[in-house]
Amino acid sequence: MESIVSFCFAILVAPLLSAIILKVKAFIAGRKGPPLLIKYYTLAKLFKKGSVYSTSSSFVFKLGPVVSFCSVVMVLLFFPLAGIKPLLSFHGDVIILLYLMGLGRFFTIIAALDTASPFEGMGAAREAYFSTLAEATLFVILLLFYRLNGSFSFAAFFTGPAAINLWSPTASLLLLVIVALFIVLLTENSRVPVDDPATHLELTMIHEVMILDHSGPDLALIELGASLKLFFYSAFITCLLYPFQLDNGYLNGLIFYALMGLIYVLVGITESIMARYKMDLVPKFILTSFALVFFAAILTMEFVQ
Amino acid sequence: MDNLLKIANGERIKRSDIPSLPFHVFRQELLQFAVNGGQIVHYFAYEDAGVLMVLAIVRSDAALYAAAAEAPEAYHALTADCEKFHMFEREIAEQYGVRPYEHPWLKHVRYHANYRQREDVFGNDYRQDIPGNYDYFPVEGEAIHEVAVGPVHAGIIEPGHFRFQCIGEEVLHLEIQLGYQHRGVEKMLTAVPRKRLPVIVEGIAGDTAIGHSLCYAQAIESLGSLPVDEGASIVRAIALELERIANHIGDLGALSGDVAFNPPAAYFGRLRGEFLNLLLVLSGNRFGKGLVRPGGVAYTMGQEQRRILIDKIKETKLEIAHVCDLLFTAHTVQARFDHTGTVDRETAEKLGLVGYAGRASGIAYDARVSFPTECYAGLPASINNKTDGDVASRAAVRREEVEHSFLLIETLLAREVATESVLAGDCKLAPSSLVVTINEGWRGEVSHCLLTDAQGEILRYKIKDPSFHNWTGLAMALRHQGISDFPLCNKSFNLSYCGFDL
Repeated sequence: MESIVSFCFAILVAPLLSAIILKVKAFIAGRKGPPLLIKYYTLAKLFKKGSVYSTSSSFVFKLGPVVSFCSVVMVLLFFPLAGIKPLLSFHGDVIILLYLMGLGRFFTIIAALDTASPFEGMGAAREAYFSTLAEATLFVILLLFYRLNGSFSFAAFFTGPAAINLWSPTASLLLLVIVALFIVLLTENSRVPVDDPATHLELTMIHEVMILDHSGPDLALIELGASLKLFFYSAFITCLLYPFQLDNGYLNGLIFYALMGLIYVLVGITESIMARYKMDLVPKFILTSFALVFFAAILTMEFVQ
Repeated sequence: MDNLLKIANGERIKRSDIPSLPFHVFRQELLQFAVNGGQIVHYFAYEDAGVLMVLAIVRSDAALYAAAAEAPEAYHALTADCEKFHMFEREIAEQYGVRPYEHPWLKHVRYHANYRQREDVFGNDYRQDIPGNYDYFPVEGEAIHEVAVGPVHAGIIEPGHFRFQCIGEEVLHLEIQLGYQHRGVEKMLTAVPRKRLPVIVEGIAGDTAIGHSLCYAQAIESLGSLPVDEGASIVRAIALELERIANHIGDLGALSGDVAFNPPAAYFGRLRGEFLNLLLVLSGNRFGKGLVRPGGVAYTMGQEQRRILIDKIKETKLEIAHVCDLLFTAHTVQARFDHTGTVDRETAEKLGLVGYAGRASGIAYDARVSFPTECYAGLPASINNKTDGDVASRAAVRREEVEHSFLLIETLLAREVATESVLAGDCKLAPSSLVVTINEGWRGEVSHCLLTDAQGEILRYKIKDPSFHNWTGLAMALRHQGISDFPLCNKSFNLSYCGFDL
């Protein structure tokens, strides 16, 4: 029961958290910014609309948003939020989940290619390239966690007495992991300095350009999926920051969402204090995260076990 | 050079004084001038009593020269020997159906039927949409892909078509096709009553309303012998500088926004509004429309306006310095601006780039210095320190120009000279004359050339916006750049579509 409530709450609150980034960016630029509920308004607006489909696109194009949305929801089903056991869990689920997200991305990409637009093809190529690099980082993190924790599921990583977090002897390694995960978060959620979610310039986009042709409820699913994906990566980092093993579940939840909010604020600050990288420097940026966690993994050889 | 007539900016010349050369001598003379570093201000055709003439106005750094010739129906293209004529010859071919053979890239400029109902040089049927009977320059190969952008764009900008030939992320070639906003301004200006002219001229390029209306007003003043008092001259110069500041500030903000560096984009966006509002104070219009009229200015500058201008400039000068520092010292911004979209000096000279685009590539030409009008003669020139030809240089030049414009405005505001309001009056234009006016608009050299017939009516009105020179510069800047840097390069030039399309 607790798990169901926690899962539903996460889905409901994810769009609100995304709006925090917009607020922070607006604040630093000296503007008022959109209302905090902007994402809900957008979703409500989009769900009310009809979808427009190009005559040159096929069923693949319609499949894209649904599959990518479902894959993110699936991932959240397996993820322990605020120390509460997830709805589903089994040994080795992390690998399945990472590939589920890969599946979602695959469908976004072929839906983009299905439109036969040169922009979308370009965006698809960039997305495929950059997320491949980010995937390498994630797998090294899993290897590292396996060394630390001896298990292979999110539930076992972050709940129970052997949970991985900053307040354990391996904290120094986790610092590297947290930085790497933050880089992956920026990459996978198309944030500055990798991508610019606010731009209208198709030629510079990575993720946004792939969804240019989607409209109405399809676009709403994509938007909601994007919020959930950002939620997932932030939750991943949050779990590393604090163990959430207090007896009081409400207090756990409060600390969890406070830390989550902090990460969103950090994303907003990052976006305000730096410009985007040149496209050919982005791979180096992503590979930095790989280098960090790979280094951490090597260190575990020395002092774990 | 013996066959060219030396003229001055805004000077009225009798058309009979312009040397009319045999075409082969004309061609030889122009080529020699251009190859030795001269630049083309105007090169166009006009019909006079059934005879088609071509007229060239060329410049060195300090002097203007004119020459004319009777136009043949087809001739050996000057562009075959010198790139500087390339756009001008295409324009003549489009407007009058004269075929320059051996032109390396003969394609339409704005896509309209010629004025003489001759057979179309490009074989177009103008009932079809642009580009009609024209295949874009193709690049072939296994890994080549083509990206077409526009004419309808994602942002609120003017229409233009961009065709990229890419290999992966790298652009091999960019072809720009404009003409979607062709309104037939040059034709219109000779067809409508004279009192409508100031309004049409302000609409040639909305962001250069002052620049173009100055060129027009000076030309009419010269042809109609209208005096302009010093007070009006001061107001005109201040308006031109305010237009420059507003546009440069707006573009610096847009450059910042294009690299996703938000704070300066927001600050500059607000500051641009401040300067548009100063134009509003001066003329009742945020783009300065309705201010400049032949004979002076329609609105005088009183003590109150002078006070507002002085206070506002004092206030914003510091803010702009701070925001500029924020933008130019951010390392991530420098990483994007440096070595992006470089046009080297040699290319810039061959293309005849003008304005900040030219100055960023090391061509110091500034019409305010070389051919001063109004009260620019005694004022100091802007000095540019960074001239590498890349986006960073074009941004730095704009910053320097904004600071320089502040200095000019402050100097001019200190001269308290009163003036009278002038409303569009009618004046008789000198018959059979020619006048060329040049002003440094915010984008660069704006020039109008007027020819009158024996009755003192305008026979030919030729307009040249700086964009006419600089669009080719943008295409060259994109060679071997990442396609994702196009918006940044484009914004660093920020050229006019309607000023080009006329």
